[in-house]
Amino acid sequence: MKPEKAKMAEQFIGAIPHCKALGMKLTSIGEGVAEMELPYDLRIVGDPQNGVIHGGAVSALMDTCCGAAAMSHPSSPAGTATIDLRIDYMRVATPGQNIRTRAECYHITRSVAFVRATATDDDDQRPVATATGAFTVELK
Amino acid sequence: MMARTRPEPVQVVKHRRDAALSSLVHGVPYIQFLGIEFDRRGDELTAVMAYDEKLIGNPMLPALHGGAIAGFLEITAIIGLAWTVLWDDIETGRMDAEELAIGHLPRLPKTIDFTVDYLRSGLPRDAYARARVNRSGRRYASVHVEAWQDQRSKLFAQATGHFVMPKTDA
Repeated sequence: MKPEKAKMAEQFIGAIPHCKALGMKLTSIGEGVAEMELPYDLRIVGDPQNGVIHGGAVSALMDTCCGAAAMSHPSSPAGTATIDLRIDYMRVATPGQNIRTRAECYHITRSVAFVRATATDDDDQRPVATATGAFTVELK
Repeated sequence: MMARTRPEPVQVVKHRRDAALSSLVHGVPYIQFLGIEFDRRGDELTAVMAYDEKLIGNPMLPALHGGAIAGFLEITAIIGLAWTVLWDDIETGRMDAEELAIGHLPRLPKTIDFTVDYLRSGLPRDAYARARVNRSGRRYASVHVEAWQDQRSKLFAQATGHFVMPKTDA
């Protein structure tokens, strides 16, 4: 991916109000692979008894990261929208730790981008969640 | 024939149910973050996510963020599922609604997987959702959720999820 496109994608993500509200960061992008981070925040806790982040916030991170991966694929013209996204929750994320995710667009056609992603906390050997999704490929 | 026991006054019943629902919903920070409230009619719940700029995912269209929609549907499923279990416990008096009101929350179901089907883009307006518990066993449950905006028959998203039920002491 050209540096201009990378910069564009990063600015685009910074301009998404929902991502900004959650404090998401795009840490790497290019050639159909994107990496993002979600900082731990008490406002997005799903279980007040243990301080674990709600699955919905993890979904938002993975959805954005998968979309960014689809957009960054060399065959992708630009924008994208989620058609469907499935998240599997393996374990609760450790309270107080940031969540990182890596998404890969592993196949793309003229109309659909197929993407998968894995999310971890500080222990990157045991995934917190995985996602698989289909995204639209917008016409040029 | 046995004499029927006199039904409780309607205000007492309503207060108990609303207090239980309120403590369930207002105890979770992420539900507050998304600005979701639940409208109750008898045992039927409708989740309402009031439009807010921070829910936007595509400022050009503009459209709601897929992640905000996923979070909205997952919350609707979890609260809907917890509510069906709680309903029986409250109505039979197994659970004390006053205990709930002071923050003694029951454990919530845990999501195993959640699949969202995005049917059309979410408009910058209020969104509504209802959950249907298709199966609720002792250990696992399967829940379907439908979400719409202006027209009930025109869904903008739907989802199916599987959940592990919280352990009961019995």
